[in-house]
Amino acid sequence: MSETLVLLIKIVVALGWFLVLALFLTWVERKQSAVMQDRIGANRAKIFGLRLFGLFQPFADAIKMMFKEDFVPAFGDKALHTMAPFVSFFFVAVTVAVIPFGPTVRIGGGDVALQVYDGSAGLLYLLAMLSLGVYGILLSGWSSRNRWGLIGGMRGAAQLVSYEIALGLSLIGLIMLYPSLRLSDIVSAQGGLLWGILPRWGVFLQPLGFVVFFVAAIAETKRVPFDLPEGESEIIGFCAEYGGLKWGLFMLTDFMEIIVVAAVAATLFFGGWQVPGLASDGVHWPWGGHWPMASWVVVLLQVLAFQVKVAFFCWLQILIRWTYPRIRYDQLMDLGWKGLIPLGVLNILATGLVASLIR
Amino acid sequence: MKNALALFGALVKGILITARHFFTNLWFHFLRLIGLRRYRPGAVTIQYPEVVRPLPTRYRAAHRLMTRPDGKPRCVACLLCATVCPSECIIVEAAEDPDPEIQKTAARFEIDLTRCCFCGFCVEACPEDAIRMDTGKIDLACQRREQLTLTLRDRS
Repeated sequence: MSETLVLLIKIVVALGWFLVLALFLTWVERKQSAVMQDRIGANRAKIFGLRLFGLFQPFADAIKMMFKEDFVPAFGDKALHTMAPFVSFFFVAVTVAVIPFGPTVRIGGGDVALQVYDGSAGLLYLLAMLSLGVYGILLSGWSSRNRWGLIGGMRGAAQLVSYEIALGLSLIGLIMLYPSLRLSDIVSAQGGLLWGILPRWGVFLQPLGFVVFFVAAIAETKRVPFDLPEGESEIIGFCAEYGGLKWGLFMLTDFMEIIVVAAVAATLFFGGWQVPGLASDGVHWPWGGHWPMASWVVVLLQVLAFQVKVAFFCWLQILIRWTYPRIRYDQLMDLGWKGLIPLGVLNILATGLVASLIR
Repeated sequence: MKNALALFGALVKGILITARHFFTNLWFHFLRLIGLRRYRPGAVTIQYPEVVRPLPTRYRAAHRLMTRPDGKPRCVACLLCATVCPSECIIVEAAEDPDPEIQKTAARFEIDLTRCCFCGFCVEACPEDAIRMDTGKIDLACQRREQLTLTLRDRS
């Protein structure tokens, strides 16, 4: 009974974190792009004269979308058309289950992992759910009976399937080093220091793997340098026949994908909740000192460190999205098949070589 | 390989530029928020309805009809403005003026701002200086089409 209750609480907290962060990421995207371009950005939404830098903008957008028409094109498949955004949303929303937010804590005599589901194949589960998201795009393109929607959906499917391979290959080197697919094990293996100076993070062991992973992951989020499935500014994409809340769900899914990519990058390559020098009994300075801390302070700091890393990678992705122009479709396929996949294979070979030589 | 490295370098250079803009502007936004360095804003935006940029002195905004000292419109219904108007948006109907010194007066004078292209030819053509475009009214949006028709009542 209490285990079920704890699990329920964890699910609600994780999903709440995910959705609230995604909601406010829409605001962050607008404000950050504005600041980058010497503008001010959305600042008009206010409640009782309180503006708060336009922080109520997501609610205003949501209310606007609620009052729009729930449109299904004539001859479109109504059931599939309605289902597609939910499919997209669902497969992204469930990925938050395996993200470790912090270490295992003792609450009331029981060990509680700050992670909803610590599966032994957590990384595989994550990749599988991210790949299933392609069904949402394909279904939305297919069911709207719009030829440009269908072409956009096909483009999206081709892009996502291509970059899935690079994404998987870039992670194999990492799995070889931390021989585990369990995300909590991968995070624990990244504690401590490398050669006494660097934190033992995945990015220092697998720099090439990180670059390949990050580029492929940005392509998976299908945002601007790689936004060929949608291409809202020029080419017509899979959500051409969507409006109102259904379209809003697609947008929310995009922002949730940013958070997932940020969380996975932080977990696999930047030590997850690990802070260099911070062990469970306090701070160990590299020159030998020890600053003891209560265990709850340490847990709080570690959870906070994970949030900071996620925030940084969200920021970085939005920066990338507002810096680079969209690449052409043949360039996209070239980068995926001739660039990232050979680099991923090279990374695996190099990792295997170095690991076997050192051992 | 060399080409790819050069491309990567260009990508890094680009993102450093946008990141520099981001941090510089954020820093000046922050300074402004806590009350320091007010003369250097973090953005070039003008918050329009609250802050209005001064218009140039010869800016052609919505029209106004000038009046004589006794309050009657100066227009003598010569139809020069209606003739010169390239958008054909001025309608003038003439009537006899009770004052024997003045030949005609305008019984009806309408400018359809939905068609007006704000070229200012009517102002140039008017021999009586009866039309001017110096009201500075540029926010002409309204709910009903009829509100965009200037008539004899809209004089200064």
